[in-house]
Amino acid sequence: MALAQSEVLAGLAEIVNDETGIATEAVQLEKSFTDDLDIDSISMMTIVVNAEDKFGVKIPDEEVKNLITVGDAVSFITAAQG
Amino acid sequence: MSQPVLNQYETVKYSRIYSLGAARGDITVTNDDVAGPIDSSDEWIRQRTGIITRKRASKDLSLMDMAVSASLEAIAGAGIEASEIGAVIFSTITHPHQTPSAAALLADKIGANPAPAFDISAACAGYCYGIAQADALVRSGVAKYVLVVGGEKLSDFIDPTDRTISFLLGDGAGAAIVGPSETPGISPTVWGSDGSHWDAVGMTASLLELRDGTAQWPTLRQEGQTVFRWAVWEMAKVARQALEVAGVEASDLAALVTHQANIRIIDELAKQLQLPESVVIARDIINTGNTSAASIPLAMHQLLEDGEVKSGGLALEIGFGAGLAFGAQVVVLP
Repeated sequence: MALAQSEVLAGLAEIVNDETGIATEAVQLEKSFTDDLDIDSISMMTIVVNAEDKFGVKIPDEEVKNLITVGDAVSFITAAQG
Repeated sequence: MSQPVLNQYETVKYSRIYSLGAARGDITVTNDDVAGPIDSSDEWIRQRTGIITRKRASKDLSLMDMAVSASLEAIAGAGIEASEIGAVIFSTITHPHQTPSAAALLADKIGANPAPAFDISAACAGYCYGIAQADALVRSGVAKYVLVVGGEKLSDFIDPTDRTISFLLGDGAGAAIVGPSETPGISPTVWGSDGSHWDAVGMTASLLELRDGTAQWPTLRQEGQTVFRWAVWEMAKVARQALEVAGVEASDLAALVTHQANIRIIDELAKQLQLPESVVIARDIINTGNTSAASIPLAMHQLLEDGEVKSGGLALEIGFGAGLAFGAQVVVLP
C-alpha cells in the first residue's frame, strides 16, 4: 500500500541521516540536496538505492538528476508507489 | 589403413599465481597539482575519492617501460626463465598503437619471444580477465606458464579540466605469473559484460572523429553516478557469486582487492559484503590513484610487501569498468 507523503519524507530523512549524519529534522521538502544539505553525487546515489529498497520503487539513473529537492524525491517515490 | 589418432593437450588439474611484479609512475602528483583546472581543492578530492597522491609517469617513462619492469620482477619471483613463458597477455587501454599489440613487444623485450602474445581490452576488469584466461590456458595444458600484465599510462588520455575521472587517474603496471599447481589456487571466474551501458565509461571521441577534425584528442570520461551504482550494488552480487563458486565464505578471506576506482566505491562495496574485520581491504588508491587494469595487481603487491597479508591466504579480486565489463575470482596469494 502506498505511503502518505509524510511517511515517505520521514523514511527518506532516516536514509539521509544514515548516509550523511544530517539531522532528520533538517531534511525538509523545500531543501535542495546539493545546495542546502551539501550532499554530493555519490552520497545521492547511495540514498537513491537505499530509498529504492525501503519504498519498493525503481529510480532510474536518468531520473536522479531531476531530484533537486527533497520534495522532488518524495513526489517521485509517492507517484512511483502508485 | 587405420585413422591416425590426434594428440591433444594433456590437462593439468590446478593452477595458481606464482608471483607478482609492480611498477608505478615516477612522479608523485598531489591533489593540489590537479585541483586548479577543476576548480577544486585537496580536501574536496580527498573526501570524494580518498586519493592523497597519484603516481604518474613522466614523458620518458613509457607504458612498455613499466610493463617490462613489473614483468621482470614477476618472472624473477616465480623462479622461472622468461623462455618458459607459454603465453603473454597484456591488458591495457592505453597502448598508443591500434596494432601491433603491446604484448608482442613486451614478450620480446623480456625474453619470452616467440611466446604467443596478445592484448585484451577490458579496461578496469582487464587483469581479472587476464587471470581467467591464464588459468584456462594453464589447466588446459596449452601453456605451462602465462604472464598476465595489467598496465596503463592513463595520463596520456586525460583532460585536466574534466571533473568526472581524469583527476583520479594514475599510471603503472602490475604483472603476475600463472602456472600449474598441486592444489587449487584460482577459483572459477565470475565474469561478464553489459554493453547496454557502453557509454558509461569511455573516451570523449573516436580516432575517426579526431582524423576528421570534428573532435579533439580523445580523453577518458565517465558518468559517475551510473558507474557508482553499478560498481557497488551490481558488483556486490558478482562478489557474492565469486565466493559461492569458489566454495568459500567471506570470513575465509584474508583480503578484498577490488579495482581501485574510488575509495567510496571500495568502502561501500566492502560494506555491502559485510566482511568481518579480519579481512584486509586494499586501499592502494590513496597513494597510487586509479590505474585501471594495473590497479588490482599493484594493490595486491603492496599488501604483500607491507606484510598486511601473507602468502597462502585467500583474496577476492574483483575488477569492473568500461564495457561495462567485470570479472571476479578468489585466488591464493602468491
